[in-house]
Amino acid sequence: MSVSPPKPLLQVQGVTLQYKTREHLVTATYRVSFDVHLADRFVLLGPSGCGKSTLLKAVGGYLNPVEGDIRLKGVDVTRPGPDRVMVFQEFDQLLPWKTVKQNVMFALEASGRLRGAVAADRAMAYIEKVNLTRFADRFPHTLSGGMKQRVAIARGMAMEPDILLMDEPFAALDALTRRKMQDELLQLWEETRFTVLFVTHSIPEGGTHRQPDPAALAAPRPGQGRAEQRRRGPR
Amino acid sequence: MTSPPPLRPEYVRDQVDEHDFGVVNKPLTAWERIYGNSLVRRAFILFVLAAAWQGYATHLDNSLVLPTFTETFRSFVSRIISGELLIKSWVSIKVLLMGYGIGLSLALVFTILAMASRLGNDLLETLTAMLNPLPAIALLPLALIWLGLGNPSIVFVLVHAVMWPIALNTHSGFLGVSGTMRMVGRNYGLSGVRYVSQILIPAAFPHILAGLKIGWAFAWRTLIAAELVFGTTSGSGGLGWFIYENKNLLDIPAVFSGLFTVIIIGLLVENLVFRIIERRTIRKWGMHS
Repeated sequence: MSVSPPKPLLQVQGVTLQYKTREHLVTATYRVSFDVHLADRFVLLGPSGCGKSTLLKAVGGYLNPVEGDIRLKGVDVTRPGPDRVMVFQEFDQLLPWKTVKQNVMFALEASGRLRGAVAADRAMAYIEKVNLTRFADRFPHTLSGGMKQRVAIARGMAMEPDILLMDEPFAALDALTRRKMQDELLQLWEETRFTVLFVTHSIPEGGTHRQPDPAALAAPRPGQGRAEQRRRGPR
Repeated sequence: MTSPPPLRPEYVRDQVDEHDFGVVNKPLTAWERIYGNSLVRRAFILFVLAAAWQGYATHLDNSLVLPTFTETFRSFVSRIISGELLIKSWVSIKVLLMGYGIGLSLALVFTILAMASRLGNDLLETLTAMLNPLPAIALLPLALIWLGLGNPSIVFVLVHAVMWPIALNTHSGFLGVSGTMRMVGRNYGLSGVRYVSQILIPAAFPHILAGLKIGWAFAWRTLIAAELVFGTTSGSGGLGWFIYENKNLLDIPAVFSGLFTVIIIGLLVENLVFRIIERRTIRKWGMHS
């Protein structure tokens, strides 16, 4: 036990999020607060419609809170940036006109992190981590759903962002593949210890030994922070 | 009453190793192979059409109304060899490319304006709604008054023919780019021109290509029509003019040769150029619907 707790990497303080539809002003979350520390696997768990995806988008910078603030390393988050990489649920997050390798390289080059051969090396290193080296020159439409999500994860990790934001990346997969992918992700985390904020509505995905440290956001419409729980599952 | 289904025995089967699979090979018959080739089928149809033409023209025996196929073909070949048709085609294609290029650039400017603001969006939607249904050739009289007899008038009409369908398709393509893909682009810090060129244009490419095809078809038809009305500047007209001139000379085989050339160029571009672009892009990327 340390005497003074370290400064959190990501601070979400009293965040209220609203968005407009044609008829209504929807309050997605109401005064939600939590901290994410370095090397955390932080899970936002809650039923459908409790605003957890909206909250993740706000951390991504796609949406500004109407109240409260979101800080990454003490700096206010106001717009999307390569220091917070999102991994989405949808398969079309990969650019279909680029091969697996080019997709990963695109992220590195577009954000200005790396160029040319260095970018290619880094891309291949992370593609190897998700066991897709054989498929590096394939176009996304020739891959299975699980493989596409692995590419997206490789792309996110290759950026080596401060925090990786995952929005139910396995939700569209079949149960067997999902389980396998969860194990793989956990193993990757054990190896590299990246910080991840993981959104899910599935209690097994969020709460079992697979991913510890959930914070529950229950009470849908608007979502409010209900509980935070630290799990010490068998590792 | 139906009897219950029979109790079936349970079983576990040994799996055959992949390497031990036998090769099943059933050769196609010669007829199946020939009939399966679409080129052969189409050549057959063309042959039947040419034969029907030849038969009817021989029966009619009036080369002022309908020259025979062989006569037309000879005229076509000799005009290709003399280079006359090639020069005329080149004149037409040059004007066409100019109009197409300008139309394409303007369409891109309008679409980007439309993406940038709501007012630009309304501008594009209103203009396309108004001008897209207007056949470009209907503007030719006005163009002749504004720009005089000559290529500028034809280019003006072509730009009009090309711009609206391309703008319309590109715009609907941009609007159809999925939210996820947009968010991915912004996540990696793309904005402005880089966002448009690296995310929106490739993501909307199937729509853009469809627009390019429609634009090409409109432009080609409009060009020939415009050249038929008037088509000569400093003595060298294009294909439309060639057709018109030879009609006046009552050289009907030459008129047919001109029509042939129009068809062939149209086919070449639509089925070769665009087909190749399609195969190298959206088919390779699995983006065709």
